[in-house]
Amino acid sequence: MKIMVAVKQVAALDEDFEIGEDGRDVSEDFLIRDLNEWDDFSLEEAVKIKEASAQAVEVIAVTVAPESADEALRKCLAKGADRALRVWDESAQGSDSIAIARILAAVAKAESVDLVFAGVQSSDHSFASTGIATGALLGWPHAAVVSALDYSPGSKSAVFRRELEGGLLHEVEIQCPAVLTIQLGINTPRYASLRSIKQAAAKPIEVKTLSDLSLGKGDVGASGSHSRVRRMYIPDKSRAELIEGDPAQQAQRLAQIIREFKGDAA
Amino acid sequence: MSGVLVIAEQRRGELRPVSLELIGAAESLRRDGDSVAVALLAPSPGTLIEPLKLAGVDEIVAVKVAASEFDPDTFESAVSALIAERKPDVVLVAHSVDSFGFAAALAAKLGLGFATDVFKVERQDGELVATRGGYGQKVNVEVDFPGRTTVLLALRGNVFKPPEQRGSPLVTEFSAPPVSSRSTGREFVELAATDDVDMTAAEFILTIGRGIGEEAKVAQFKELADAIGATLGCSRPIADAGWLPKSRQVGQSGKTASACKLYIAMGVSGAIQHLAGMKHVATIVAVNSDAEASIFGVAKYGIVGDIFEISEELRRCF
Repeated sequence: MKIMVAVKQVAALDEDFEIGEDGRDVSEDFLIRDLNEWDDFSLEEAVKIKEASAQAVEVIAVTVAPESADEALRKCLAKGADRALRVWDESAQGSDSIAIARILAAVAKAESVDLVFAGVQSSDHSFASTGIATGALLGWPHAAVVSALDYSPGSKSAVFRRELEGGLLHEVEIQCPAVLTIQLGINTPRYASLRSIKQAAAKPIEVKTLSDLSLGKGDVGASGSHSRVRRMYIPDKSRAELIEGDPAQQAQRLAQIIREFKGDAA
Repeated sequence: MSGVLVIAEQRRGELRPVSLELIGAAESLRRDGDSVAVALLAPSPGTLIEPLKLAGVDEIVAVKVAASEFDPDTFESAVSALIAERKPDVVLVAHSVDSFGFAAALAAKLGLGFATDVFKVERQDGELVATRGGYGQKVNVEVDFPGRTTVLLALRGNVFKPPEQRGSPLVTEFSAPPVSSRSTGREFVELAATDDVDMTAAEFILTIGRGIGEEAKVAQFKELADAIGATLGCSRPIADAGWLPKSRQVGQSGKTASACKLYIAMGVSGAIQHLAGMKHVATIVAVNSDAEASIFGVAKYGIVGDIFEISEELRRCF
């Protein structure tokens, strides 16, 4: 059986970033790329299932991105993915989470996978949508914010807990194949060993185009997206009142705030 | 109808307060001739609709469904049917764990305009424009929805104000189409209290985040918390790493620190879920070495500095 893990190379911002000339995104130069934190957990969950299984399980890491995301895929290979697959076409530039989901659903179909994991959200744009939209486009059952999972390859259902607000968990049984979005903390992601990093560097990254997946340019990018970025800007921050001084002075002011609070509370 | 359809949320027989905030947002989007309808999906919706009778609501739609708790298939099917019948131009849901499970699916299947975690929404020259955060809330992003007749927005909690006045809306019933759901809810489980702390009752919390760097440092902050009379809490990564029990985690998915009035966050950068869970606190003091950390955006006081130096100096004051 096959488990597909949808991953994303996210971007964090450099300290002094600038918005690009078109006013719709941060200039490329100020983006620091890494594998999305959530994806570490969903990959680990898939690898754990593979390792615990008597039958053969293949874990495929899939991303929709240009070549620069290969680094993130290599990280997945080093941490236990069997294969890494990247889909890209220039027309996919500017795709929102649903347009990306359309591509991921096509990959899941083409690869005849049995289960799809995605992170609950990405740390950069936090739509919390890609995985669930992928489930809908596949016509599969789906569930979000899975923080514990019990699944054996080949079984027709999985039991999981979804993590609700306020420290509450909800146990649910779901029919498989399914798409699950995985929450931080569901497991302890492993570190890649030097040896596995070296091996990953030698493994191929499979590249697919839209036409390989029977998708057209209209399915992705602006025309395939359900929202359009009009403008990106740096907000006027409501900033904290900064407590200045050396550490001792700062701590004294903080102590004063604490004492005032206790005085009020008493 | 042209207008706004609000999908209220209930859990375990209680209306979730964010539902009322959605009504406030709906009211702000109303144009002449628009109606605002609030749909509540539940096995016996009638028992929960009273608090939804707020000024600005024209109609409350009681949608009787078989599932007692949130279930994606139930919600997608019922809300699809509602949208097909009512043809709203805006559908509002909460940016909540339940909505994470169905909103994107609905948008993908029905071709709805779609944005999540929206904290501002308005009409500009007749066009709906939603604002959300980007790059870990360091920028604001305005999105619109060209060519979409219906737009589904998931709104951030604790941002929009519920209407204060009561109203007397029409109450109607809607028969949701039968659905054979592919998931079955079982039981709810409270986060295990692994030590005797009750974060929900704590008025003064000192929280540690990733900035503490290693597990060995937890003890000195525990000692500091005791010395200053605070309850020690932590952000998600600390609990996930097992450095402190999950029962000490605060933020949206951790225990609701509902009684907290003074909150000192040390080495907590301020992930959106953490900030959302602590926004109600009157006095937040953030200590962080990164002057750009998001938490300074919600804190009342900020100290840009080394959390170890500050905490050692603070310890000397008590």
